[in-house]
Amino acid sequence: MKLDRTSFAILAMGAILLIAGPALPSWMVSMLNVSLCYGTVVLGMMLLMRNGIVSFGHGLYFCLGAYAAGLLDQMLKMPDMLLMVGAAVVVTGVVSAILGLLLAKYRDIFFAMLSLAFSMILYGLLVKTASLGSTDGFNVAAKTVAGFAVAPESQRLMVYSLAVVFATVSAFFLHSYLASHQGRLAGAIKDNELRVEYMGASVMRAVHRNYVISAVLAGIGGALMAVNIGHIDPEMTYWPQSGEFVFVAILSGTGSVFAPLGGALVFEAIRSFAYEYSPNTWQMVLGITMLLVMIFLPGGLWSLFTRKREG
Amino acid sequence: MAVILDARGLEKSFGAVTAASNINVAVEQDAVVGLIGSNGAGKTTFLNMVTGYLKPSAGTIHFEGRDITPLAPREITRLGICRSFQIPQLFNTMTVLDNLLVGVGIVAAAGSKWGARNSAYDDPVKAVDTMLDQFGLGSYRNRQAGLLPEGTRKLLDIAMAMVVRPRILLLDEPTSGVSADEKFVLMDMVMAAVKEHKVTVLFVEHDMDVVARYTDRVLAFYEGRIIADGAPATVLDDVEVRRFVIGSHAAPAGAASHA
Repeated sequence: MKLDRTSFAILAMGAILLIAGPALPSWMVSMLNVSLCYGTVVLGMMLLMRNGIVSFGHGLYFCLGAYAAGLLDQMLKMPDMLLMVGAAVVVTGVVSAILGLLLAKYRDIFFAMLSLAFSMILYGLLVKTASLGSTDGFNVAAKTVAGFAVAPESQRLMVYSLAVVFATVSAFFLHSYLASHQGRLAGAIKDNELRVEYMGASVMRAVHRNYVISAVLAGIGGALMAVNIGHIDPEMTYWPQSGEFVFVAILSGTGSVFAPLGGALVFEAIRSFAYEYSPNTWQMVLGITMLLVMIFLPGGLWSLFTRKREG
Repeated sequence: MAVILDARGLEKSFGAVTAASNINVAVEQDAVVGLIGSNGAGKTTFLNMVTGYLKPSAGTIHFEGRDITPLAPREITRLGICRSFQIPQLFNTMTVLDNLLVGVGIVAAAGSKWGARNSAYDDPVKAVDTMLDQFGLGSYRNRQAGLLPEGTRKLLDIAMAMVVRPRILLLDEPTSGVSADEKFVLMDMVMAAVKEHKVTVLFVEHDMDVVARYTDRVLAFYEGRIIADGAPATVLDDVEVRRFVIGSHAAPAGAASHA
């Protein structure tokens, strides 16, 4: 396999984050941890946006991934981090493959609203299910990694390392996919679906495939978040959560797989600092940030780098 | 020559309007067929039925002996009937190179389903570069498709139909919107590519000079029917064709020399 510059950079980023982990202050580990979970979800959002589609319901898969991980611990008594992420992949893959059959036929606001509707159905179901803690949710505790027990004091670093590995693998995979023949179809579909069909490819099949990939990425992000926070609840599929993913996706831009990861980090940083220094108006800080990005960087934060290169 | 495309008894109506009535056409392999007729005569309806975009109300279309009447455009494209559009259908935000690479990718991903026709795509970028040179698009390789001049857009649109390895190429007004001095340059390039890959061509055209120069058979459409079918010289001199299609009551082109 031939590696391009971006692939190398992704692997290098992963390696640096992994090695630096033990030396980082704990507040930074926490921030990076959440950013990597979010970033993985937003990688999926980016893939959809490359097709010209925006999902306002990706909280659905974020939440499903988290609950799949949580239930593995709660019901099956298998609190293994790798198995939890595996369960999230299977559950989100199956659910999105089914829902995708319907969603792949829709575009624009119809796709956005339908995806929102599905996420709110899950919210409704979870809130009414007392055995899953209804609105309170339940705690998740991952105790092993691939069968090896993790000491409580190194738990935090292990969760962080796992997030780094999965975010790196996800970004690496998505980058290779976007550069492949199948991946190139995404941009073609955004530009001209008619021509794609008249070149002999099925637009619906391609959108369906991309939807499933993006859902699985959201599921991985959800499972990582579950073991990171140690608690899950139906808020993960409530509409503001999905909105936040859209927010980060627009903030990031779709130019490169680095955009969602970097965008998620910027988002987390702004949110943390805004919450710390202006606890009553932190949403306003986020709103103004979004406004500035949309006015001055319509291509997202990533366009800062492409502009420089073109300039 | 073997018949590659055979349309029998095609009918198509939109409400009270008859767009196609009793269309019978058998096209032989490697032929270059011109479709002429005034606006609304049924030329594009015919193309749309062949590519599966419209389903005929009655009749059948066979491609290489196989009934393709019920198939979707995508499936018909895969079998080997590809088309260009009157208004170029490009991937506007992508580069010229990427526009064609999308097609190469589709052919490559389909693998054996595309038959032996995908064998030349072992090196996609090289194959596309060869094609760009053939269509005179080499200097536009890395330009964004949406910003190209109209004549170039037309060429790219046709190249995008050719890149998926057609057996039959359908061109919908390839020279419309192209300046008079560029028309023949464009058609020369297209025809050279077509001959090299042994592709049968059907094209809708309003410019009779283009029709006379490049076709070896002409179908004249009028009110959904084919009113003349034959060699270009014969059809373009036909009295009905001159009256209903070309719109001239003057003496046929050949008449002056006989006078």
